[in-house]
Amino acid sequence: MTRDEPRTLLHIDWTRCDGRGLCTEILPELLTRDDWGFPLAPRHGSDVPVPDRLVDAAVEAVALCPRLALSLLQR
Amino acid sequence: MSVAEATEAAARVAAPTGTARLTSPGSPDLATHLATFGPLPVRAGPAVLLDELRASGLEGRGGAAFPAWRKLAALPARERARGRRAVIVGNAAEGEPQSFKDATLLRVAPHLVIDGLLTVAAAVDAHSVHLYAQSSVLESVSRALAERRDARSIQLREAADSFISGEASAVVSALAGRSPVPQDRTMRLTESGLGGRPTLLNNVETLAHIALISRFGAAWFRSIGTPSDPGTRLVTVGSDGKSSTVLEIAGGSRLGDVLRFAGIDPGSLSAVLVGGYHGAWLPASALEARLDRQDLAVFGAAPGAGILMGLDARHCPLTVAAAIATYLAGESAGRCGPCVNGLPAMAAVLGRLARGDQDPALAAEVRRLAGLVTGRGSCNHPDGTARFVLSTLTVFAEDVAAHQAGRCRKDHS
Ligand code: SF4
Ligand code: SF4
Repeated sequence: MTRDEPRTLLHIDWTRCDGRGLCTEILPELLTRDDWGFPLAPRHGSDVPVPDRLVDAAVEAVALCPRLALSLLQR
Repeated sequence: MSVAEATEAAARVAAPTGTARLTSPGSPDLATHLATFGPLPVRAGPAVLLDELRASGLEGRGGAAFPAWRKLAALPARERARGRRAVIVGNAAEGEPQSFKDATLLRVAPHLVIDGLLTVAAAVDAHSVHLYAQSSVLESVSRALAERRDARSIQLREAADSFISGEASAVVSALAGRSPVPQDRTMRLTESGLGGRPTLLNNVETLAHIALISRFGAAWFRSIGTPSDPGTRLVTVGSDGKSSTVLEIAGGSRLGDVLRFAGIDPGSLSAVLVGGYHGAWLPASALEARLDRQDLAVFGAAPGAGILMGLDARHCPLTVAAAIATYLAGESAGRCGPCVNGLPAMAAVLGRLARGDQDPALAAEVRRLAGLVTGRGSCNHPDGTARFVLSTLTVFAEDVAAHQAGRCRKDHS
Protein backbone atom coordinates (compact mmCIF):
# COMPACT_ATOMS: atom_id res chain seq x y z
CA MET A 1 0.00 0.00 0.00
CA THR A 2 1.38 3.39 -0.89
CA ARG A 3 0.99 6.33 1.45
CA ASP A 4 -1.49 8.09 -0.81
CA GLU A 5 -3.96 5.23 -0.93
CA PRO A 6 -6.98 5.86 1.26
CA ARG A 7 -7.17 3.56 4.25
CA THR A 8 -10.93 3.78 4.54
CA LEU A 9 -13.08 1.60 2.30
CA LEU A 10 -16.78 1.95 1.69
CA HIS A 11 -18.14 -1.58 1.51
CA ILE A 12 -21.33 -2.23 -0.44
CA ASP A 13 -23.39 -5.25 0.59
CA TRP A 14 -25.04 -6.08 -2.72
CA THR A 15 -27.38 -8.56 -1.06
CA ARG A 16 -29.05 -5.60 0.72
CA CYS A 17 -28.72 -2.66 -1.66
CA ASP A 18 -31.93 -1.84 -3.55
CA GLY A 19 -30.35 0.61 -5.97
CA ARG A 20 -32.53 3.65 -5.22
CA GLY A 21 -29.32 5.63 -5.12
CA LEU A 22 -29.45 7.78 -1.98
CA CYS A 23 -25.72 7.16 -1.41
CA THR A 24 -24.89 8.42 -4.88
CA GLU A 25 -26.51 11.75 -4.00
CA ILE A 26 -24.48 12.03 -0.79
CA LEU A 27 -21.22 10.94 -2.46
CA PRO A 28 -21.45 12.20 -6.05
CA GLU A 29 -17.66 12.48 -6.28
CA LEU A 30 -17.27 8.80 -5.42
CA LEU A 31 -20.33 7.05 -6.80
CA THR A 32 -22.35 7.21 -9.97
CA ARG A 33 -25.23 4.90 -10.86
CA ASP A 34 -25.11 1.95 -13.22
CA ASP A 35 -27.72 1.08 -15.88
CA TRP A 36 -30.10 -0.12 -13.17
CA GLY A 37 -29.43 2.53 -10.53
CA PHE A 38 -26.98 0.64 -8.36
CA PRO A 39 -24.02 2.58 -6.98
CA LEU A 40 -20.99 2.38 -9.23
CA ALA A 41 -17.46 3.46 -8.46
CA PRO A 42 -15.44 3.38 -11.67
CA ARG A 43 -12.67 0.75 -11.45
CA HIS A 44 -13.83 -0.48 -8.05
CA GLY A 45 -16.14 -3.28 -7.04
CA SER A 46 -17.62 -3.84 -3.58
CA ASP A 47 -14.94 -1.99 -1.60
CA VAL A 48 -14.50 1.61 -2.65
CA PRO A 49 -11.50 3.60 -1.32
CA VAL A 50 -12.66 6.82 0.36
CA PRO A 51 -10.31 9.84 0.22
CA ASP A 52 -9.93 11.61 3.58
CA ARG A 53 -11.95 14.63 2.54
CA LEU A 54 -14.95 12.41 1.77
CA VAL A 55 -14.87 10.31 4.95
CA ASP A 56 -17.49 12.49 6.70
CA ALA A 57 -19.84 12.17 3.75
CA ALA A 58 -19.23 8.43 3.65
CA VAL A 59 -20.13 8.17 7.35
CA GLU A 60 -23.34 10.02 6.56
CA ALA A 61 -24.14 7.69 3.66
CA VAL A 62 -23.62 4.67 5.92
CA ALA A 63 -25.98 6.15 8.48
CA LEU A 64 -28.65 7.13 5.97
CA CYS A 65 -28.69 4.07 3.70
CA PRO A 66 -32.25 2.79 4.18
CA ARG A 67 -31.19 -0.81 3.57
CA LEU A 68 -28.15 -0.83 5.91
CA ALA A 69 -26.15 -1.93 2.88
CA LEU A 70 -23.12 0.26 3.52
CA SER A 71 -20.29 -0.06 6.01
CA LEU A 72 -16.84 1.41 6.44
CA LEU A 73 -13.79 -0.84 6.65
CA GLN A 74 -10.23 0.09 7.59
CA ARG A 75 -7.40 -1.60 5.82
CA MET B 1 -5.33 -52.66 15.49
CA SER B 2 -2.78 -51.04 17.79
CA VAL B 3 -0.82 -48.00 16.71
CA ALA B 4 2.32 -50.08 16.34
CA GLU B 5 0.51 -52.63 14.20
CA ALA B 6 -1.05 -49.92 12.07
CA THR B 7 2.27 -48.20 11.48
CA GLU B 8 3.80 -51.51 10.54
CA ALA B 9 0.92 -52.30 8.19
CA ALA B 10 1.24 -48.89 6.54
CA ALA B 11 4.92 -49.51 6.03
CA ARG B 12 4.10 -52.75 4.25
CA VAL B 13 1.85 -51.11 1.66
CA ALA B 14 3.80 -49.65 -1.22
CA ALA B 15 2.91 -46.19 -2.53
CA PRO B 16 0.91 -46.29 -5.77
CA THR B 17 3.09 -46.06 -8.84
CA GLY B 18 1.81 -44.58 -12.09
CA THR B 19 -0.95 -42.07 -12.64
CA ALA B 20 -3.75 -43.96 -10.89
CA ARG B 21 -3.44 -42.75 -7.33
CA LEU B 22 -6.81 -41.55 -6.06
CA THR B 23 -8.49 -43.88 -8.50
CA SER B 24 -6.40 -46.98 -7.74
CA PRO B 25 -8.77 -48.82 -5.34
CA GLY B 26 -10.68 -51.47 -7.26
CA SER B 27 -13.67 -51.13 -4.96
CA PRO B 28 -14.86 -48.43 -2.54
CA ASP B 29 -15.02 -50.61 0.60
CA LEU B 30 -12.79 -50.17 3.62
CA ALA B 31 -10.94 -53.48 3.23
CA THR B 32 -9.87 -52.60 -0.32
CA HIS B 33 -8.93 -49.11 0.82
CA LEU B 34 -6.67 -50.48 3.58
CA ALA B 35 -5.16 -53.10 1.29
CA THR B 36 -4.43 -50.42 -1.34
CA PHE B 37 -3.14 -47.58 0.83
CA GLY B 38 -2.58 -49.02 4.31
CA PRO B 39 -4.14 -47.43 7.41
CA LEU B 40 -3.89 -43.74 8.21
CA PRO B 41 -0.48 -43.14 9.77
CA VAL B 42 -0.27 -42.03 13.37
CA ARG B 43 -1.43 -38.44 13.45
CA ALA B 44 1.35 -36.02 12.91
CA GLY B 45 1.25 -32.68 14.67
CA PRO B 46 0.02 -29.62 12.77
CA ALA B 47 3.54 -28.37 12.11
CA VAL B 48 4.58 -31.63 10.45
CA LEU B 49 1.46 -31.75 8.26
CA LEU B 50 1.92 -28.11 7.30
CA ASP B 51 5.56 -28.68 6.33
CA GLU B 52 4.73 -31.78 4.30
CA LEU B 53 1.91 -30.00 2.48
CA ARG B 54 4.12 -27.02 1.75
CA ALA B 55 6.84 -29.27 0.36
CA SER B 56 4.28 -31.14 -1.75
CA GLY B 57 3.09 -28.02 -3.55
CA LEU B 58 -0.49 -29.31 -3.42
CA GLU B 59 -3.00 -26.70 -4.54
CA GLY B 60 -6.74 -26.76 -3.91
CA ARG B 61 -8.72 -28.74 -6.46
CA GLY B 62 -12.02 -26.95 -6.05
CA GLY B 63 -11.30 -24.15 -8.49
CA ALA B 64 -9.49 -21.44 -6.57
CA ALA B 65 -6.15 -23.34 -6.52
CA PHE B 66 -5.03 -21.87 -3.24
CA PRO B 67 -1.97 -23.68 -1.79
CA ALA B 68 -3.31 -26.30 0.62
CA TRP B 69 -0.76 -25.55 3.34
CA ARG B 70 -1.45 -21.83 3.29
CA LYS B 71 -5.13 -22.42 3.77
CA LEU B 72 -4.40 -24.51 6.84
CA ALA B 73 -1.96 -21.92 8.10
CA ALA B 74 -4.63 -19.23 7.69
CA LEU B 75 -6.46 -20.52 10.76
CA PRO B 76 -5.39 -17.86 13.22
CA ALA B 77 -3.43 -19.27 16.15
CA ARG B 78 -4.91 -16.69 18.47
CA GLU B 79 -8.41 -18.00 17.76
CA ARG B 80 -7.29 -21.43 18.90
CA ALA B 81 -5.75 -19.88 21.97
CA ARG B 82 -9.05 -18.20 22.78
CA GLY B 83 -10.73 -21.59 22.67
CA ARG B 84 -12.62 -21.01 19.45
CA ARG B 85 -11.78 -24.32 17.82
CA ALA B 86 -12.17 -24.53 14.07
CA VAL B 87 -14.85 -26.09 11.90
CA ILE B 88 -13.59 -28.29 9.06
CA VAL B 89 -15.70 -28.79 5.93
CA GLY B 90 -15.13 -31.21 3.07
CA ASN B 91 -16.77 -29.59 0.05
CA ALA B 92 -18.14 -31.76 -2.76
CA ALA B 93 -20.99 -29.49 -3.88
CA GLU B 94 -19.74 -29.39 -7.51
CA GLY B 95 -22.62 -27.37 -8.95
CA GLU B 96 -20.90 -26.95 -12.32
CA PRO B 97 -22.86 -29.05 -14.86
CA GLN B 98 -19.65 -29.96 -16.76
CA SER B 99 -17.98 -31.44 -13.68
CA PHE B 100 -18.46 -34.67 -11.80
CA LYS B 101 -14.98 -35.58 -10.65
CA ASP B 102 -15.79 -35.01 -6.97
CA ALA B 103 -18.86 -37.25 -7.18
CA THR B 104 -16.77 -39.87 -8.96
CA LEU B 105 -14.06 -39.67 -6.29
CA LEU B 106 -16.63 -40.16 -3.53
CA ARG B 107 -17.91 -43.25 -5.31
CA VAL B 108 -14.49 -44.73 -6.10
CA ALA B 109 -12.45 -43.82 -3.01
CA PRO B 110 -14.67 -42.38 -0.24
CA HIS B 111 -12.26 -43.55 2.44
CA LEU B 112 -9.44 -41.39 1.10
CA VAL B 113 -11.67 -38.33 1.46
CA ILE B 114 -12.63 -39.40 4.97
CA ASP B 115 -8.95 -39.93 5.84
CA GLY B 116 -8.12 -36.44 4.56
CA LEU B 117 -10.92 -34.87 6.59
CA LEU B 118 -9.80 -36.69 9.73
CA THR B 119 -6.17 -35.75 9.13
CA VAL B 120 -6.95 -32.03 8.82
CA ALA B 121 -9.44 -32.15 11.70
CA ALA B 122 -6.87 -33.80 13.97
CA ALA B 123 -4.15 -31.35 12.99
CA VAL B 124 -6.23 -28.34 14.03
CA ASP B 125 -8.07 -30.09 16.89
CA ALA B 126 -11.34 -29.29 15.16
CA HIS B 127 -14.58 -28.43 16.91
CA SER B 128 -16.68 -30.22 14.27
CA VAL B 129 -16.25 -31.89 10.89
CA HIS B 130 -18.71 -31.70 8.00
CA LEU B 131 -18.97 -33.28 4.58
CA TYR B 132 -21.17 -31.42 2.10
CA ALA B 133 -22.07 -33.53 -0.93
CA GLN B 134 -24.70 -33.89 -3.62
CA SER B 135 -27.62 -36.25 -3.15
CA SER B 136 -26.29 -38.64 -5.79
CA VAL B 137 -23.34 -39.68 -3.62
CA LEU B 138 -24.90 -39.56 -0.14
CA GLU B 139 -25.56 -43.27 -0.17
CA SER B 140 -22.02 -44.34 -1.01
CA VAL B 141 -20.58 -41.86 1.48
CA SER B 142 -22.95 -43.03 4.25
CA ARG B 143 -21.94 -46.62 3.56
CA ALA B 144 -18.26 -45.71 3.86
CA LEU B 145 -18.81 -43.70 7.05
CA ALA B 146 -20.68 -46.64 8.60
CA GLU B 147 -17.75 -48.94 7.88
CA ARG B 148 -15.39 -47.24 10.31
CA ARG B 149 -15.49 -46.15 13.91
CA ASP B 150 -13.09 -43.24 13.63
CA ALA B 151 -15.44 -41.32 11.32
CA ARG B 152 -18.40 -40.95 13.68
CA SER B 153 -17.62 -37.29 14.19
CA ILE B 154 -18.19 -36.50 10.50
CA GLN B 155 -21.55 -34.88 9.82
CA LEU B 156 -22.82 -35.57 6.32
CA ARG B 157 -25.07 -32.94 4.71
CA GLU B 158 -26.80 -32.89 1.35
CA ALA B 159 -25.59 -30.09 -0.91
CA ALA B 160 -27.97 -27.74 -2.66
CA ASP B 161 -28.39 -28.31 -6.38
CA SER B 162 -27.33 -25.04 -7.99
CA PHE B 163 -24.36 -23.71 -9.92
CA ILE B 164 -23.05 -21.62 -7.02
CA SER B 165 -23.85 -24.14 -4.26
CA GLY B 166 -20.15 -24.84 -3.68
CA GLU B 167 -19.21 -21.19 -3.04
CA ALA B 168 -17.63 -21.11 0.41
CA SER B 169 -20.05 -18.72 2.13
CA ALA B 170 -23.01 -20.49 0.49
CA VAL B 171 -21.81 -23.79 1.96
CA VAL B 172 -21.44 -22.27 5.41
CA SER B 173 -24.90 -20.70 5.14
CA ALA B 174 -26.40 -24.07 4.18
CA LEU B 175 -24.62 -25.87 7.03
CA ALA B 176 -26.04 -23.28 9.41
CA GLY B 177 -29.53 -24.24 8.23
CA ARG B 178 -30.05 -21.11 6.18
CA SER B 179 -30.52 -20.58 2.47
CA PRO B 180 -27.62 -22.05 0.42
CA VAL B 181 -26.65 -18.77 -1.22
CA PRO B 182 -23.49 -16.66 -0.93
CA GLN B 183 -23.33 -14.13 1.88
CA ASP B 184 -21.89 -10.66 1.99
CA ARG B 185 -18.54 -10.95 3.72
CA THR B 186 -16.36 -8.38 5.40
CA MET B 187 -14.43 -11.03 7.37
CA ARG B 188 -12.67 -14.15 6.18
CA LEU B 189 -14.34 -17.49 6.91
CA THR B 190 -11.08 -18.61 8.51
CA GLU B 191 -11.73 -15.85 11.05
CA SER B 192 -15.47 -16.18 11.43
CA GLY B 193 -17.52 -18.81 9.65
CA LEU B 194 -19.99 -21.44 10.84
CA GLY B 195 -21.38 -20.39 14.22
CA GLY B 196 -18.82 -17.59 14.32
CA ARG B 197 -15.99 -20.13 14.49
CA PRO B 198 -12.94 -20.12 12.24
CA THR B 199 -14.00 -22.31 9.32
CA LEU B 200 -11.84 -24.11 6.79
CA LEU B 201 -13.31 -25.53 3.59
CA ASN B 202 -11.43 -27.96 1.44
CA ASN B 203 -12.47 -29.56 -1.79
CA VAL B 204 -12.79 -33.33 -1.39
CA GLU B 205 -10.14 -34.09 -4.01
CA THR B 206 -7.71 -31.87 -2.11
CA LEU B 207 -8.51 -33.86 1.05
CA ALA B 208 -7.88 -37.17 -0.73
CA HIS B 209 -4.45 -35.91 -1.86
CA ILE B 210 -3.74 -34.82 1.73
CA ALA B 211 -4.56 -38.38 2.87
CA LEU B 212 -1.97 -39.75 0.42
CA ILE B 213 0.66 -37.12 1.17
CA SER B 214 0.44 -37.86 4.89
CA ARG B 215 1.06 -41.54 4.08
CA PHE B 216 3.66 -41.42 1.33
CA GLY B 217 5.17 -37.95 1.65
CA ALA B 218 5.74 -34.82 -0.40
CA ALA B 219 8.55 -36.26 -2.53
CA TRP B 220 6.33 -39.13 -3.66
CA PHE B 221 3.53 -36.65 -4.45
CA ARG B 222 5.85 -34.60 -6.65
CA SER B 223 7.24 -37.63 -8.46
CA ILE B 224 4.47 -37.16 -11.04
CA GLY B 225 3.41 -33.92 -12.70
CA THR B 226 5.30 -30.72 -13.47
CA PRO B 227 7.01 -28.40 -10.97
CA SER B 228 4.18 -25.88 -11.38
CA ASP B 229 1.47 -28.54 -11.17
CA PRO B 230 2.83 -31.44 -9.14
CA GLY B 231 0.96 -34.66 -8.47
CA THR B 232 -2.07 -36.01 -10.25
CA ARG B 233 -5.43 -34.35 -10.72
CA LEU B 234 -8.92 -35.48 -11.55
CA VAL B 235 -10.42 -33.94 -14.68
CA THR B 236 -13.85 -34.10 -16.25
CA VAL B 237 -13.46 -34.17 -20.02
CA GLY B 238 -16.22 -33.91 -22.60
CA SER B 239 -17.37 -31.92 -25.59
CA ASP B 240 -20.60 -30.31 -26.68
CA GLY B 241 -22.54 -33.30 -27.88
CA LYS B 242 -20.32 -35.94 -26.23
CA SER B 243 -20.85 -36.87 -22.59
CA SER B 244 -18.00 -36.38 -20.18
CA THR B 245 -15.66 -38.83 -18.52
CA VAL B 246 -13.58 -38.45 -15.39
CA LEU B 247 -9.86 -39.22 -15.64
CA GLU B 248 -6.92 -39.05 -13.28
CA ILE B 249 -4.03 -37.44 -15.13
CA ALA B 250 -0.51 -36.27 -14.34
CA GLY B 251 -0.40 -32.56 -13.47
CA GLY B 252 0.69 -30.45 -16.43
CA SER B 253 -0.43 -32.97 -19.06
CA ARG B 254 -0.87 -31.58 -22.56
CA LEU B 255 -4.47 -30.69 -23.36
CA GLY B 256 -4.43 -32.60 -26.65
CA ASP B 257 -3.24 -35.77 -24.90
CA VAL B 258 -5.94 -35.48 -22.23
CA LEU B 259 -8.61 -35.11 -24.92
CA ARG B 260 -7.33 -38.10 -26.87
CA PHE B 261 -7.16 -40.11 -23.66
CA ALA B 262 -10.85 -39.30 -23.19
CA GLY B 263 -11.63 -40.49 -26.71
CA ILE B 264 -12.04 -37.03 -28.24
CA ASP B 265 -10.17 -36.18 -31.45
CA PRO B 266 -8.58 -32.74 -30.91
CA GLY B 267 -8.69 -32.28 -34.69
CA SER B 268 -12.48 -32.22 -34.57
CA LEU B 269 -12.55 -29.20 -32.24
CA SER B 270 -12.37 -25.45 -32.78
CA ALA B 271 -11.55 -24.76 -29.12
CA VAL B 272 -11.61 -26.17 -25.59
CA LEU B 273 -13.24 -24.49 -22.63
CA VAL B 274 -10.88 -24.90 -19.68
CA GLY B 275 -12.14 -24.44 -16.12
CA GLY B 276 -15.83 -24.85 -16.78
CA TYR B 277 -18.45 -22.16 -17.28
CA HIS B 278 -16.43 -19.65 -15.27
CA GLY B 279 -13.35 -20.53 -17.32
CA ALA B 280 -11.81 -19.47 -20.61
CA TRP B 281 -11.41 -20.88 -24.11
CA LEU B 282 -8.20 -22.19 -25.63
CA PRO B 283 -8.27 -22.19 -29.44
CA ALA B 284 -7.52 -25.43 -31.33
CA SER B 285 -4.10 -24.02 -32.24
CA ALA B 286 -3.15 -24.00 -28.53
CA LEU B 287 -3.91 -27.59 -27.58
CA GLU B 288 -0.23 -28.38 -27.11
CA ALA B 289 -0.43 -26.22 -23.99
CA ARG B 290 -0.04 -27.97 -20.67
CA LEU B 291 -2.83 -28.06 -18.16
CA ASP B 292 -0.92 -25.99 -15.63
CA ARG B 293 -1.08 -22.46 -14.40
CA GLN B 294 1.86 -21.21 -16.43
CA ASP B 295 0.74 -22.38 -19.86
CA LEU B 296 -2.91 -21.47 -19.31
CA ALA B 297 -2.30 -17.99 -17.92
CA VAL B 298 -1.76 -16.59 -21.43
CA PHE B 299 -5.40 -17.37 -22.16
CA GLY B 300 -6.71 -16.16 -18.82
CA ALA B 301 -7.45 -19.77 -17.90
CA ALA B 302 -6.32 -22.00 -15.02
CA PRO B 303 -6.59 -25.72 -14.27
CA GLY B 304 -9.24 -24.86 -11.66
CA ALA B 305 -11.48 -27.80 -10.90
CA GLY B 306 -10.15 -29.67 -13.96
CA ILE B 307 -13.03 -29.19 -16.35
CA LEU B 308 -12.42 -29.49 -20.10
CA MET B 309 -15.17 -29.05 -22.66
CA GLY B 310 -14.29 -29.40 -26.33
CA LEU B 311 -16.24 -27.45 -28.92
CA ASP B 312 -17.09 -29.29 -32.14
CA ALA B 313 -15.65 -27.28 -35.04
CA ARG B 314 -18.93 -27.57 -36.96
CA HIS B 315 -20.92 -25.82 -34.22
CA CYS B 316 -21.32 -22.05 -34.00
CA PRO B 317 -19.30 -21.02 -30.92
CA LEU B 318 -21.39 -17.91 -30.31
CA THR B 319 -24.57 -19.97 -30.19
CA VAL B 320 -23.00 -22.38 -27.70
CA ALA B 321 -21.56 -19.52 -25.62
CA ALA B 322 -24.86 -17.60 -25.59
CA ALA B 323 -26.65 -20.68 -24.28
CA ILE B 324 -24.09 -21.05 -21.49
CA ALA B 325 -24.28 -17.32 -20.65
CA THR B 326 -28.08 -17.58 -20.49
CA TYR B 327 -27.81 -20.58 -18.17
CA LEU B 328 -25.35 -18.68 -15.94
CA ALA B 329 -27.61 -15.63 -15.84
CA GLY B 330 -30.39 -17.90 -14.59
CA GLU B 331 -28.10 -19.26 -11.87
CA SER B 332 -27.57 -15.85 -10.28
CA ALA B 333 -28.76 -16.30 -6.72
CA GLY B 334 -31.03 -13.31 -7.30
CA ARG B 335 -29.60 -11.18 -4.53
CA CYS B 336 -27.18 -8.62 -5.91
CA GLY B 337 -28.52 -5.95 -8.25
CA PRO B 338 -25.62 -5.75 -10.72
CA CYS B 339 -25.60 -9.57 -11.05
CA VAL B 340 -29.38 -10.00 -11.22
CA ASN B 341 -29.73 -7.30 -13.88
CA GLY B 342 -26.34 -7.39 -15.57
CA LEU B 343 -25.94 -11.09 -16.35
CA PRO B 344 -29.27 -11.44 -18.20
CA ALA B 345 -28.56 -8.20 -20.09
CA MET B 346 -25.12 -9.44 -21.11
CA ALA B 347 -26.45 -12.88 -22.13
CA ALA B 348 -29.25 -11.26 -24.15
CA VAL B 349 -26.85 -9.10 -26.19
CA LEU B 350 -24.59 -12.10 -26.82
CA GLY B 351 -27.71 -14.01 -27.89
CA ARG B 352 -28.61 -11.31 -30.42
CA LEU B 353 -25.11 -11.51 -31.84
CA ALA B 354 -25.34 -15.32 -32.02
CA ARG B 355 -28.73 -15.22 -33.78
CA GLY B 356 -27.39 -13.03 -36.56
CA ASP B 357 -28.34 -9.48 -35.50
CA GLN B 358 -25.83 -7.41 -37.49
CA ASP B 359 -25.94 -4.30 -35.30
CA PRO B 360 -22.21 -3.39 -35.26
CA ALA B 361 -22.37 -2.15 -31.65
CA LEU B 362 -23.28 -5.51 -30.11
CA ALA B 363 -19.80 -6.87 -29.35
CA ALA B 364 -18.75 -3.63 -27.68
CA GLU B 365 -21.95 -3.64 -25.64
CA VAL B 366 -21.21 -7.19 -24.41
CA ARG B 367 -17.75 -5.98 -23.36
CA ARG B 368 -19.16 -2.94 -21.58
CA LEU B 369 -21.66 -5.06 -19.62
CA ALA B 370 -18.95 -7.55 -18.70
CA GLY B 371 -16.90 -4.70 -17.27
CA LEU B 372 -19.94 -3.35 -15.45
CA VAL B 373 -20.75 -6.56 -13.54
CA THR B 374 -17.17 -7.53 -12.67
CA GLY B 375 -16.37 -7.20 -8.97
CA ARG B 376 -19.92 -6.12 -8.14
CA GLY B 377 -21.49 -9.10 -6.44
CA SER B 378 -21.27 -10.90 -3.13
CA CYS B 379 -19.63 -13.85 -4.84
CA ASN B 380 -17.52 -14.27 -7.96
CA HIS B 381 -20.39 -15.42 -10.18
CA PRO B 382 -20.55 -12.14 -12.12
CA ASP B 383 -16.75 -12.11 -12.49
CA GLY B 384 -16.62 -15.71 -13.69
CA THR B 385 -19.47 -15.20 -16.13
CA ALA B 386 -17.87 -12.02 -17.50
CA ARG B 387 -14.53 -13.83 -17.90
CA PHE B 388 -16.21 -16.58 -19.93
CA VAL B 389 -18.06 -14.11 -22.15
CA LEU B 390 -14.98 -11.94 -22.77
CA SER B 391 -12.93 -15.02 -23.61
CA THR B 392 -15.61 -15.99 -26.13
CA LEU B 393 -15.35 -12.62 -27.91
CA THR B 394 -11.54 -12.80 -27.96
CA VAL B 395 -10.99 -16.40 -29.02
CA PHE B 396 -13.86 -16.40 -31.53
CA ALA B 397 -13.20 -12.94 -32.96
CA GLU B 398 -13.45 -14.36 -36.51
CA ASP B 399 -16.85 -15.83 -35.77
CA VAL B 400 -17.99 -12.49 -34.33
CA ALA B 401 -16.87 -10.81 -37.57
CA ALA B 402 -18.64 -13.49 -39.64
CA HIS B 403 -21.86 -12.91 -37.72
CA GLN B 404 -21.68 -9.17 -38.11
CA ALA B 405 -21.14 -9.64 -41.85
CA GLY B 406 -24.01 -12.14 -42.01
CA ARG B 407 -21.85 -14.99 -43.25
CA CYS B 408 -21.55 -17.53 -40.42
CA ARG B 409 -22.08 -20.92 -42.05
CA LYS B 410 -21.75 -23.05 -38.94
CA ASP B 411 -24.43 -25.14 -37.31
CA HIS B 412 -26.63 -22.92 -35.10
CA SER B 413 -28.82 -25.63 -33.58
S1 SF4 C 1 -28.33 4.15 -0.27
FE1 SF4 C 1 -28.00 1.99 0.27
S2 SF4 C 1 -29.68 0.87 -0.69
FE2 SF4 C 1 -29.61 2.92 -1.63
S3 SF4 C 1 -28.35 2.65 -3.46
FE3 SF4 C 1 -26.98 3.30 -1.83
S4 SF4 C 1 -26.23 1.40 -0.92
FE4 SF4 C 1 -27.99 0.86 -2.16
S1 SF4 D 1 -23.19 -12.09 -7.13
FE1 SF4 D 1 -24.94 -13.05 -8.15
S2 SF4 D 1 -24.71 -15.22 -7.75
FE2 SF4 D 1 -23.34 -14.16 -6.30
S3 SF4 D 1 -24.59 -13.85 -4.45
FE3 SF4 D 1 -24.90 -12.04 -5.70
S4 SF4 D 1 -26.71 -12.46 -6.94
FE4 SF4 D 1 -25.99 -14.41 -6.12
